[in-house]
Amino acid sequence: MTKELLKGNVAIAEAAVRAGLEAYFGYPITPQTELLEYLSQRMTELDRVFLQAESEVAAINMVYGAACTGARVMTSSSSPGVSLMQEGMSYIAGSELPCVIVDVMRGGPGLGNILPSQADYFQVTRSAGHGDFHPIVLAPASVQEAINFVGLAFDLADKYRHMVLLVADGQIGQMMEPAELPPMRPLQKNVPDWALTGAKAREKRVITSLYLKGEEEEAFNLKIQKKLKQIKKNEQRSVEYATQDAELLVIGFGTAGRIAYSAVEAAREKGLRVGLLRPQTLWPFPERRISELADQASGCLVVEMNAGQMVEDVRLAIGGQIPVTFYGRTGGIVPMPDEILAAIEESYSRLQIAV
Amino acid sequence: MQKEFLFSGFGGQGVMFAGQLLAYAAMDEGLEVTWIPSYGPEMRGGTAHCFVVISDKPIGSPVTRHPQVAVVFNNPSFTKYEGEVAPGGLLAVNSSLINQESRRTDISVLPVPATQLADSLGDLRMANVVMLGAVLEVFPALPPAAIHRALEAHLPERRRHLLEANYKALEKGAEFARSMVKSA
Repeated sequence: MTKELLKGNVAIAEAAVRAGLEAYFGYPITPQTELLEYLSQRMTELDRVFLQAESEVAAINMVYGAACTGARVMTSSSSPGVSLMQEGMSYIAGSELPCVIVDVMRGGPGLGNILPSQADYFQVTRSAGHGDFHPIVLAPASVQEAINFVGLAFDLADKYRHMVLLVADGQIGQMMEPAELPPMRPLQKNVPDWALTGAKAREKRVITSLYLKGEEEEAFNLKIQKKLKQIKKNEQRSVEYATQDAELLVIGFGTAGRIAYSAVEAAREKGLRVGLLRPQTLWPFPERRISELADQASGCLVVEMNAGQMVEDVRLAIGGQIPVTFYGRTGGIVPMPDEILAAIEESYSRLQIAV
Repeated sequence: MQKEFLFSGFGGQGVMFAGQLLAYAAMDEGLEVTWIPSYGPEMRGGTAHCFVVISDKPIGSPVTRHPQVAVVFNNPSFTKYEGEVAPGGLLAVNSSLINQESRRTDISVLPVPATQLADSLGDLRMANVVMLGAVLEVFPALPPAAIHRALEAHLPERRRHLLEANYKALEKGAEFARSMVKSA
């Protein structure tokens, strides 16, 4: 396989095709529209389902319906569109259906703007719809990682019968980088044994999120919680750079994590003992590893393209062991490496490092 | 070694393509590269720009406040980015359309009448490739042969008849830059 120069949105789309995507439903919104545009041609070429719905509300409910039949299904949108999808997302979680939802985040709240943002962290990890659940949330920082996570997203969705969100931001969606696409996987031959396929010569199957009796709803909730506990145990993912002897631990995800990498490299050149942890899963949050690193570090700096959302999860993971500071930009402004370096130097100077 | 380029001009001047051509060539040379466009709410008549970062190591930030090289194709781009070029860096100016002069003494300035040179080759639209040829002559991030290979490998089928014209435009820019360096 050779590398190609691929735009993030297009790479995600083709990676989904190669992961065996059977049906896509969506509605255009910048900065993810190229994803939909690419699939409109590619899916048709392959005689698979592409449908531009009349709205995000319709698109997510089409995903819901198609997922009921056991099809590998996906939608994609950007922040305001994902807000519209929340009701459907909750029904999908309440029906335990696998699907992949891509959110190429943009500036908000409200209509906001189309620039890169990470302000949907709470929305995707906490409130992806009403009721008690978390989706699995994957956060790539490069075009290659986005490609890899698309395959992973479908596999995790199937494994846990659960919704997986892939969250990028406008920068990852629009950027071109050399990346390698995986080979084309064959489409699944058999649908899962819970899928609705028409109850001819078999017992009927029911997919629902409606449990009128309190005891039944509670039993179902306990089942979901058990599943989420398993996911939390098995699926925490993160990558690290120069954390071995780090006194200051920098944490950032996606684009912010990637820019923080440049800043941490520059800090190391200045002789500061700084390391980077970049969460790849936002839910489950890589709390085990962060807690371990907090045992050896003297302080932590969280960098995000929002007003401070993931920093709350970092504080929970660290549990007051070491001070946690925050640097963020909002409104679609992407921080430059020199600003993060300045924040690193400031946090570092405040550390009480035993010599 | 990380090398950062900014290309900026009117929509239609080919700044995105000039950046992409450089990115393709870097990729084919086995280097790490990122290309990122401006994609905000752009206005007709406003500027469009792209950043290209080339490195032999994994690239962190694909954008930078102070690029080593800024290639500006019109007056608004000159105004916006003249002050941003990193000290010791290069500001390449399409002097056919830009009537401003840089007062900076800590950078190299390369004025190239790219639009006129392209016109002399019979195609105004080649100004972007003329500029790239000139820039790489002065700031040899990649050899010209790498750009030739990238054109050959990645120019879409419907544009392949322009291959020779692109080579000529690259050489025209390089030749002009050589003459500037000699006379300096």
